[in-house]
Amino acid sequence: MSPFSGALAPAAGEISANVAHGTFTQMWLLIALPLAGAAILLLLGRRTNSWGHWVGVLMSAGSFAIAVSIFLAMRQESGGNRAFTQHLFQWISVGSFQVPFDLRIDQLSMVFVLLITGVGTLIHIYSVGYMSHDHERRRFFGYLNLFVAAMLLLVLADNYLLLYVGWEGVGLASYLLIGFWFYKETAAVAAKKAFVVNRVGDVGLSIAVMLMFVTFGSVTFEGVLGSAPKASQTSLTLIGLALLLAACGKSAQFPLQSWLLDAMEGPTPVSALIHAATMVTAGVYLIARSNAIFNAAPTAQTAVIVIGAITLIMGAIIGCAKDDIKKALAGSTMSQIGYMVLAAGLGPIGYVFAIFHLLTHGFFKATMFLGAGSVMHGMNDQVNMRRFGALRTVMVVTTITFFAGYLAILGIPPFAGFYSKDKIIESAFAHSTLVGLVTLVGAAITAFYMTRLVAMTFLGKARWPDDAHPHESPAMMMVPVSILAVLSAVSGFLLIHDNWIVNWLEPVVGFEEPVLGFNVNILQYGTLALVLVSAALGYVLYARRPVPEVAPVGSFLTQAARADLYGDAVNEAVFMRPGQYLTRLLVWFDNRVVDGAVNGTAALIGGLSGRARRTQNGFARSYALTMLGGAALVIAALVLVRL
Amino acid sequence: MSTFPWLLALLVVPLLGAALVMFLPKNSPKLAKQVGLLVSLIVLALTIGMALAFVVAKAADFQFGYSVSWIPAFGVNFSLGVDGIALVLIAMAATLVPVVMLAGWDDVDGSQGSVRGYVALILVLEAAIVGVFAATDLFLFYVFFEAMLVPVYFLIGRYGGPRRNYAAVKFLLYSLFGGLLMLGSLIGLYVVSARITGTGTFDFTSLANLSIDPDTQKWLFLGFFIAFAIKAPLVPFHTWLPDAAAESTPGTAVLLVGVLDKVGTFGMLRYCLELFPDASRWATPVVIALAVIGIIYGALVAIGQTDIKRLIAYTSVSHFGFIALGIFVMTTRGQSGSALYMVNHGFSTAALFLIGGFLISRRGSRLIEDFGGVQKVAPVLAGTFLVAGLSSLALPGLSSFVSEFLVLVGTFERYRWVGVVATLGIVLAALYILLMYQRTMTGPTPDVVRERVTDLRGREVLAIAPILIIIVALGFYPKPVLDVINPAIDRVMHAVNATNPPPEVAPVAEGTQP
Repeated sequence: MSPFSGALAPAAGEISANVAHGTFTQMWLLIALPLAGAAILLLLGRRTNSWGHWVGVLMSAGSFAIAVSIFLAMRQESGGNRAFTQHLFQWISVGSFQVPFDLRIDQLSMVFVLLITGVGTLIHIYSVGYMSHDHERRRFFGYLNLFVAAMLLLVLADNYLLLYVGWEGVGLASYLLIGFWFYKETAAVAAKKAFVVNRVGDVGLSIAVMLMFVTFGSVTFEGVLGSAPKASQTSLTLIGLALLLAACGKSAQFPLQSWLLDAMEGPTPVSALIHAATMVTAGVYLIARSNAIFNAAPTAQTAVIVIGAITLIMGAIIGCAKDDIKKALAGSTMSQIGYMVLAAGLGPIGYVFAIFHLLTHGFFKATMFLGAGSVMHGMNDQVNMRRFGALRTVMVVTTITFFAGYLAILGIPPFAGFYSKDKIIESAFAHSTLVGLVTLVGAAITAFYMTRLVAMTFLGKARWPDDAHPHESPAMMMVPVSILAVLSAVSGFLLIHDNWIVNWLEPVVGFEEPVLGFNVNILQYGTLALVLVSAALGYVLYARRPVPEVAPVGSFLTQAARADLYGDAVNEAVFMRPGQYLTRLLVWFDNRVVDGAVNGTAALIGGLSGRARRTQNGFARSYALTMLGGAALVIAALVLVRL
Repeated sequence: MSTFPWLLALLVVPLLGAALVMFLPKNSPKLAKQVGLLVSLIVLALTIGMALAFVVAKAADFQFGYSVSWIPAFGVNFSLGVDGIALVLIAMAATLVPVVMLAGWDDVDGSQGSVRGYVALILVLEAAIVGVFAATDLFLFYVFFEAMLVPVYFLIGRYGGPRRNYAAVKFLLYSLFGGLLMLGSLIGLYVVSARITGTGTFDFTSLANLSIDPDTQKWLFLGFFIAFAIKAPLVPFHTWLPDAAAESTPGTAVLLVGVLDKVGTFGMLRYCLELFPDASRWATPVVIALAVIGIIYGALVAIGQTDIKRLIAYTSVSHFGFIALGIFVMTTRGQSGSALYMVNHGFSTAALFLIGGFLISRRGSRLIEDFGGVQKVAPVLAGTFLVAGLSSLALPGLSSFVSEFLVLVGTFERYRWVGVVATLGIVLAALYILLMYQRTMTGPTPDVVRERVTDLRGREVLAIAPILIIIVALGFYPKPVLDVINPAIDRVMHAVNATNPPPEVAPVAEGTQP
């Protein structure tokens, strides 16, 4: 399975690029527009309150328009000539450590740019309606623009250190947006947690960049990826593992998953854009971008598969037990990204499908999160699904669009997920039966928890609180959702039609046809059957039977899943508590022992505090005396030396 | 190169300004402040003029040399000159002085000492800072090194908080102790130079060219190093810093931690390494251990602080660990990173202390638990504090990131595990900054905060904005600073006879097909 074996076309991706010309020279504007938006909204402050949100929308839409024009121009070029770089200026230059501020747009970054600006713009528009009652809507749009700019920098950077700027930039935007309602203690704590846990991942990215420099003497994509085959196995494995740690942080993969569920404290459009469609998939981008490293480091690839597999099952289990609609969706996001990470770990048979699923997931998960937002909008910000039920009767558009997302994530043909998830399952089976079975089990659990979610929310009997008067959301919100719903329905077919996505991405990430030991149709029908059975089970349990308004105690597994499989409990027991004791101990040590020793010595010599206070007035004089004494000493010494 | 005596002017103008301020009538504090601000702006303008006249291509040489014989009997000269590193540190100091004046406009109005005294002391301190960075004669350096203590002692002891006397005396005794050790080494160095060349000298370049016997070097090195380690400060010589910073006015804390303490790391880089290369390499394992302990220990103790100013002081203990680490790993990345870190840390710490000071003076308390939900009532104050904090935790895109990453990569090149452990510091940095931000700025707003904490005034925004702009600008475009630092670092690397470890794979020239 070595990527370099086989007489066919090379499986590894190419990293060479042309200097940008024509339309491509506008790539810096992709970032500059939303960045300018953020600067205007955050620096001018309240003055922009009345119109600021439209600046935000306009900047994001402008960026999308440029992305489309670049995409059209890129299609005119031949497959091997679609990568372009733009040198803006030299960023850091210390001896052989040369880091240019260079951007790169190629087929891989192109699809990300379209996803970020496209879905981003729709979510901006949705937010105009969703946040209309919030008197700080302007600040929200400032942060949202900042996020778009940082995320675009992440995918457009032409070296790993510049990628790092975007990487932590999106982390900052995520921090600001999770904590948008900062006056809520829970939101502020969740924001901090997200940043700190992400920083643990960022240690991985830091170390990866440092390893790259000591290995290749360069941190640019070309310098690192172009020379990857020449490096030792050990170096490549270490770099791969460090990159995986980074991906775990940003993409909420085990063991750094704990922040994502708490991140749902942020406004729902944020959950849709950042914590579902774009930012959390950055880890997948990082691995796919670094394919030359992973292809040559099988141990690191195995680690990637294992992490993806654990997270995909873990997220799905958590999704089964949550009554909070956003947290159930967040568990689902973890799980779906687990699929992508797993696929990326499979090597050239998986990269393309990881990205394919990333795109379709971006559409259908955004649809469902925005749908959840619409539900909350109509239900006084209620998130407990036990108090929903029968919303199909009053929120028709929301229900229909949500079902498009639902059918897509289940993988019901012809909805998008059918194409993308099936491809991952197929590649997983081509890799090994065990990994294949994990993805299959995941698909079954997904069908169960998603059916549970839609049944509790839209079907069954109404369990609304007395003060709730659910109603459909305004067009400002539902038009963007409808567009995303259509994409959830058709994007899978459109992207895989004529093998388009494979041909498009192959020059960058490489491709190898997954080879199954059995007929692929058996797998497809088998998966579908399993999904339908699982969904039927969910339907019977949660739509046909009454849902209690208070959650039953549940089995051990349910309780564990409700507690996020004890991720937080472990963090608390292993890091937080001992950390708190350690800091307290060290503060005591510093005050009593280190400083105590100093004060003790001083007291011994002459009673520092007491006498000093008494002699305060005379102190300058005695200091002058000391200096004089010092000078006399110098002169005496100098004279003595002469003699 | 122009012949204007830039450095002499930078030394004389603040001193004349200080004298002028003291001659102003005692009952017009406002005038004293205005004159002080004006003088500091003139100094800044002069510094900019000097920086423009500086020849970047010769940044390793001492430029704008000025030398007159001072004590000819002992070969002491009053000689000044700046290389790239000294230049950027003087520029940093000259930028911060007017900022401090403006930001702390009302800070000493009701205090025991006079306002004109405060202004004059700051100007005297500025002159001493210029002198200590610009001296190219070791005796002169020592004189400025000790002279700095006087204004700082009075700035803390007269204008500080409730425990100011304790803090001021502690600062002074620590510094005097270090100074005494340095004095011993200085005399020793003179003696050694007299033995080797026949005539004793204090001239830096001559001394750097001596080849001193390694065993003698070790003793001389220790005297200088301990003095610098107290000043910087490195763990375990650091406990004077939290007291001094917490009891000072915010402005004094900025000049103390942001500028003055850099003399310690500046001294390590220039004097320890270049004068005593063999001893520096001998001491490397211990210094690296102390530096890494400082990074982690300082950060952990910062997390446990309950007082905003002490917390900021401990973050600096951690940051000084980074700076010392970069210097002693003996790589180009490490040392350039450290030199840049000295500049960047000056600005980010200044922003933290000043905005923290705005916050504290409004509420009338330094305790974190007395705050909460400030962002609700003072969004601009909270926003600028967050940016300052993000700079302190080295967020990419802000200036500290570049220097911190350079130090880390420079460390990693030679000592991988040390680099990994130091990198863990970035997680702790996120904790100490964001915990403080969460506890002071977010959550429900208590009534007392709602009543007392108002948003920043125009003067305060004007004072803080230039620093924040510099923090962002140097984050994306550190080139102007790095360009003048790098040649001087090459000189240091050459002096300690250090070379960078080569990469595993010989790099392919960029732009060619792999």
